[in-house]
Amino acid sequence: MNALHPASHQARDIASLWWWMLGGSWIGFLLVAGLLGAAWIRRRRAGPSEAVSTRIVVALGVVVPILVIATLFFISDVFVIRTTQAPAANATKLTVRVIGHQWWWEVRYAGTTAVTANEIHIPTRTPVLLQATSADVIHSFWVPELNRKIDTIPGQVNEIELDADTPGVYRGACAEYCGVQHAHMALAVYAQPPAAFRRWLAQQERPAKVSRTAGAALFLDGTCSQCHTIRGTSATGDAGPDLTHLASRATIAALTLANTPADLAAWITRNQEIKPGNRMVDVRISPAHLRALVAYLRSLR
Amino acid sequence: MAIATPVPVRERLERQWAERPGLLGWLTTTDHKRVGLLYFWTTLVLFGAGGAEALLMRTQLSSPNNHVVGPETYDQLFSLHGITMIFFFIIPMTTGAFGNYLIPLMIGARDMAFPRMNALSFWIFLGSAIFLYTSLALGTAPDAGWFDYVPLASRQFAPGRNIDFYCLALIFNGISSSLAASNFIVTILKLRAPDMSLNRVPLFCFAFLAASFGLLFALPALTADAIFLFLDRRVGTHFFDVAHGGSALLWQHLFWIFGHPEVYILIVPAFGIATSIIPAFTQHRVVAFPLVAIAELLVVFIGFGVWAHHMFATGLPTVTLVFFAAASALVIIPSTIQVFAWCLTILSGAARFKTPLLFIVGFILFFVIGGLTGIMFVAIPFDQQVTDTYFVIAHFHYIIFGAAVFPIFGGMYYWFPKLTGRMYFERPGQISFWIIFLGTNLLFFPMHIVGLDGMPRRVYTYPGGLGWGTYNLIETVGGFVTLAGILLLFGNLVWSFFRGMPVGIDPWHGPTLEWTISSPPPEYNFAVIPRVVSAYPNWDPPQRDGEPLVLDVGHEQPVTSPADGVLAEIADMPHESPWPILLAFCLTIVFAMLVIEKFAIAGIALGLCAIVLGAWHWQGAEE
Repeated sequence: MNALHPASHQARDIASLWWWMLGGSWIGFLLVAGLLGAAWIRRRRAGPSEAVSTRIVVALGVVVPILVIATLFFISDVFVIRTTQAPAANATKLTVRVIGHQWWWEVRYAGTTAVTANEIHIPTRTPVLLQATSADVIHSFWVPELNRKIDTIPGQVNEIELDADTPGVYRGACAEYCGVQHAHMALAVYAQPPAAFRRWLAQQERPAKVSRTAGAALFLDGTCSQCHTIRGTSATGDAGPDLTHLASRATIAALTLANTPADLAAWITRNQEIKPGNRMVDVRISPAHLRALVAYLRSLR
Repeated sequence: MAIATPVPVRERLERQWAERPGLLGWLTTTDHKRVGLLYFWTTLVLFGAGGAEALLMRTQLSSPNNHVVGPETYDQLFSLHGITMIFFFIIPMTTGAFGNYLIPLMIGARDMAFPRMNALSFWIFLGSAIFLYTSLALGTAPDAGWFDYVPLASRQFAPGRNIDFYCLALIFNGISSSLAASNFIVTILKLRAPDMSLNRVPLFCFAFLAASFGLLFALPALTADAIFLFLDRRVGTHFFDVAHGGSALLWQHLFWIFGHPEVYILIVPAFGIATSIIPAFTQHRVVAFPLVAIAELLVVFIGFGVWAHHMFATGLPTVTLVFFAAASALVIIPSTIQVFAWCLTILSGAARFKTPLLFIVGFILFFVIGGLTGIMFVAIPFDQQVTDTYFVIAHFHYIIFGAAVFPIFGGMYYWFPKLTGRMYFERPGQISFWIIFLGTNLLFFPMHIVGLDGMPRRVYTYPGGLGWGTYNLIETVGGFVTLAGILLLFGNLVWSFFRGMPVGIDPWHGPTLEWTISSPPPEYNFAVIPRVVSAYPNWDPPQRDGEPLVLDVGHEQPVTSPADGVLAEIADMPHESPWPILLAFCLTIVFAMLVIEKFAIAGIALGLCAIVLGAWHWQGAEE
């Protein structure tokens, strides 16, 4: 998740800004270091007169900085900012709503029933409006390879644009300290060719297939359904991530673990050890029931 | 320019200014030098605490998925580290210790303007430090970061006492800082030696004047913020509660209205120390003196108009962002003026690169690096990209550790002979500089890279496979190298205290008045009140015209006019007093009772405070 490996025109503009500023900074630093170096070399001899020194201070300390900073201000805050600020109304065709939770991301697609978590799919070469808010405390949505960050603040909707150049997985993370598990609040943006994205979205919109397995019964009759939703079943809890298509995701717990049977089982029974303080409880369950439950969750494609 | 004083006069002054011996003398002292030393030792202990917290964090982060401390401990560590270093180390070390000890000496005064209030500000500071660290002992230290954003810090998400300790400790500490700041302002404006007009005031004092004005105007925003939060949490108001029409961003606005000037309040005294050390080791006046003096004041003034650049990612309207970016761009100018004035002064004089000047050269380089990354935040999109990442951690540690703390180290070496009458050991001193300089760069430079590589700040751990491990390990090594250098520095000073070569009044041929009196200075500072004709009085020939101003009846102190330094009257200064420490003790009880929500007892203790204050002033009236 490197800000200097841009994968969108926004991130590319910011990265070029950085390289120019880095170059300018080197000149400034070498200038000061050169003056101090000269003072070291000439330390036994007197330097310029007071009048000359004052003129140099005014030139290097007032005139040059005003020119440099005015240029930087003009380029970054008049031009570059146009690409990184929120897109104009109706300029985008797809809207993704991201809601920060302690410590995971809820993801909704405007105008559809699709709900997922932590893994955001977007079509490539398509401007996407991302609307960010929070269900609890302030978080910050940040995918450095695609754009600058935007805070998610309760009672407020903030917007940025995502527009990935090429298909790929772009890691992101919560950047605003949000409590004990701030460190485990990552996310991933999956940029897909538009056709593949449309297939994915259509599949995410569907409710889960009805299941009569022992695992399904455990989930729906037990405590799981109080916090998690599986669309198309009686599970409608809204404290935790929507699990309707859990098996279509590559990771669980905001990218803390891989979505494998072993990691799922570990998460269900020992999540407080893996991500201490997270809002789920360790589920006490017999090995046979755990296998059935994991099998059910793995069937939610 | 030292003038010989008759022995009987000195003996009479010594009798009149002597304080009680022993512990009782320290507890009731009003001598600015003793208060300064009390501040020094207390803040040094707190520096140790903040440093230990930092090294624990660095140890935890030395490798991915480490388990040295858990998340709850880590959150308390980074919160306390920030609060401690800012409010309980740098501010009290610069204004409290350096300012208290040196400002009266530099302006030719015998004490601070309000000696008992000065003692009071120290004892309140000590009370607030004990109060804050009690929370750590109880395992409920503040854990929402030093800027403590709501709603994370609201009762709903932080039901424990951690945040109550945060609010009350900062309100408590703020009382001390406000008292100290007003004392400095009056001292610098009214207690200067006769004829020390504003253009003859040492730049050190201008810096502390700027910092004091900054504190006085910035602290109310923080205090109001902390009071609102405490009321929200324990009384049920809704200042920050979105669900009841409050605003979460209100906290941030008020916090940063305080918080950004605060950054300059931290750094400006360091500028003052630099402008004291540079002339002494170059034997050259600071070039462009009026520009530098104005720049020191301007940097704090403009600092009040830039707060929202800490909030560029909060979704403020673009026009607001651009306004604050422009204001932030303005504040760069006074800083560049000073950097080039320092460099040109070093270049102009015959520089002797002894330990204090080495620390100042290190300070200039760090300030330039941290300043250049600071200029980058004028570019709003770049700021929004790297804010809340390790890039910002790197930026402000170059400023706060590199640029604010290095002059403190340099100043410790520079004024050590004045305080102790002995010289430190030069070679170990220079070695300590190079170790700390290397360690600081190892510690903070890689943070730029790892921040650009996507590492957010305030994470207690991070996954492997993202390429962050090596940089973090280097940083941790750098942390311990820095520690080794700091230990060598203090080892040198302690050893020198016992074994250093005795020095006379003026080992450096320093420019300002503190180098005209004995080392350590007598309790009355100046037997003869000096007359001043420039900002570098020790380099001027002795002023012999006119009757020498001896003032050897009671605690006498000349009071002069603020601008021109014309002698206006002779004031009689108060003696040592037990009331400051008693008042601070009662106030500590008030805050202790507030944190455990015993509001009635807190009210009674507040009443006690009023009684003590009454007794203090009744005593004063009788004198």
